[in-house]
Amino acid sequence: MDDLAPRRPAHRSPWNWWNLLLAIPFIALLWVPFYNSIEPMLWGIPFFYWYQFLWVFITSALIVFVQHRTDTEQSRAP
Amino acid sequence: MNWVATTVFVLLFGGVTILGFLAARWRRGDLDQLNEWGLAGRRLGTILVWFLLGGDAYTAYTFVAVPALVFGAGASGFFALPYSTIVYPLVFLVIPRMWSVAHRHNYITAGDFVLGRYGNKWLALAVAATGILATMPYIALQLVGLQVVIGAMGVGTVGLSGNLPPIIAFIIDNLPLIIAFVILAAFTRTSGLRAPAIIAIVKDTLIYITVIAMVVVIPIELGGYGKLFEAVPMEKLLLAPPTADNLGQFSAFATLALGSAFALFLYPHTMTGVLSSSSRNVIRRNAAYLPAYTFLLGLLAVTGYMAVAVGVDKLPEFVPQFKQYGSNFAVPALILHAFPDWFAGVAFAAIGIGGLVPAAIMSIAASNLFTRNIYIHFIRPDCSPKQEADNAKIVSLVVMFGALAFVLALPLQYAIQFQLLGGIWISQTIPAVIVGLYTSWLNPWALVFGWAAGLATGTGMAWTTGFQSAVFPLALGGMTVPGYAALYALGVNFGVSIVLTPVLNLVRQTRGKDETRPSDYHFDPAKPEIEALAPETEAAVSMAGE
Repeated sequence: MDDLAPRRPAHRSPWNWWNLLLAIPFIALLWVPFYNSIEPMLWGIPFFYWYQFLWVFITSALIVFVQHRTDTEQSRAP
Repeated sequence: MNWVATTVFVLLFGGVTILGFLAARWRRGDLDQLNEWGLAGRRLGTILVWFLLGGDAYTAYTFVAVPALVFGAGASGFFALPYSTIVYPLVFLVIPRMWSVAHRHNYITAGDFVLGRYGNKWLALAVAATGILATMPYIALQLVGLQVVIGAMGVGTVGLSGNLPPIIAFIIDNLPLIIAFVILAAFTRTSGLRAPAIIAIVKDTLIYITVIAMVVVIPIELGGYGKLFEAVPMEKLLLAPPTADNLGQFSAFATLALGSAFALFLYPHTMTGVLSSSSRNVIRRNAAYLPAYTFLLGLLAVTGYMAVAVGVDKLPEFVPQFKQYGSNFAVPALILHAFPDWFAGVAFAAIGIGGLVPAAIMSIAASNLFTRNIYIHFIRPDCSPKQEADNAKIVSLVVMFGALAFVLALPLQYAIQFQLLGGIWISQTIPAVIVGLYTSWLNPWALVFGWAAGLATGTGMAWTTGFQSAVFPLALGGMTVPGYAALYALGVNFGVSIVLTPVLNLVRQTRGKDETRPSDYHFDPAKPEIEALAPETEAAVSMAGE
């Protein structure tokens, strides 16, 4: 009964502050008033549309980035 | 009848059928084990999972319905794009935990996990039943995609049936669909999840080719993307801004995107795809690469506008089919109008096969749920692994033919309404499943009450719209906030679960045994240095935490 002081588990948690970057797509895409407009146009495409396509790429890139950072830090930790 | 297109279609379909049967040989396993039949032995690597989940989540119905929605309603139909984007950070962060714990304890379904985490077979039953019910209309709707392209090729409504007894006439009229389904049932039974996994490679390739061809060729004909968007009436091109007391399309759009993203990977078919992965990293990598399909979906949505610009519903040759299929005919009409017949055959095969792949996965997922969480625990506790697998195979046939009967016998509207409800219902399993991946604090019986409350709220909200819409105009302090009923219902669900938990936790008997340990959620067989603690220490840590 004398060893019940809570100890941090020895396994590594994959939580990483880089993960917060992944909140950005939510803000970018759910704040609708920001992008519900026609201007600025790109190649004849209204902003509302090319903005959403752009965020598909950015989100994908963010995930690749966060995965890379997470894996690097995990392999460096003791 | 369009002979060229039909011939190409039949050839591609035939090829894919053969693949379906051969798939059983890929990384051979004992298909009398449910693990092998229902999860392809958990051996699918990054590339195959990419094709599988892509084929799984972007279905024939998606191909037909998203452009149809944009064709009819304009900008609000685009919610599918942000929805399919924000889902991936969630997949990246949350789903690996499910994979790990499922791998550790040989869970095949979300119901298995819930049983292991909470030790309550009724909560597991609730999760399983919800999953099955949400999946059924989805299978039925894949048939709709298939029906539309069969109709587009002029097959099926030949008019032979006039003088024959009704049941024979019925079968002849629907023969192509029935044949497609018999083939689907046969190779699913034979190869299990390996069949749709392998076929997905062909299907997704064809879809990419078709969509890319459409977005390149058709705008050229129209004179550029600028001209394309100019042809869309202003009131459809953007979302209608909110008024003083009604958030209107803004809140509807955002809540539909968020709510659908939360729910997507709770659907049994996507869950099955994920659990068949060979490692955590397969899932994490796919979270980064599956957005390629989202891009495709966006292009697909734009084809809805192409159909508006070309004015397909006004073209004389398509008038009868628009009458029969409504705006679902927009994309097939566009394809027939813009491409030579042989390519139309390829495109239609892409859509048709694009219905088979998810239908196969969905029926496997539903039968996994039924077998593991209903059959074993409530009907036949002492069945052997082979009986388990056999049961699943039979149930998958029942599920498929049930869906076929549903589509043939009832008007399309019912399937669509059922699907709407299915989305609301599946979201109600989020507290039990997703929160359960992080903590077991929520009381299982509180979760059952929360689930029931969410179900009632969401269904009630949909009922007030006459089941025409999943968007409910919530009155909130003087403002009307139209929002996705699934999210509102989820709020009620969480509210009930959280309030009842401390109350019920006082009663020892309401809590079951949690057979999982914290390290299970990070379990990765490829990384042995992530060790589990010795059981006594783990127990001490978790007791101290409570």
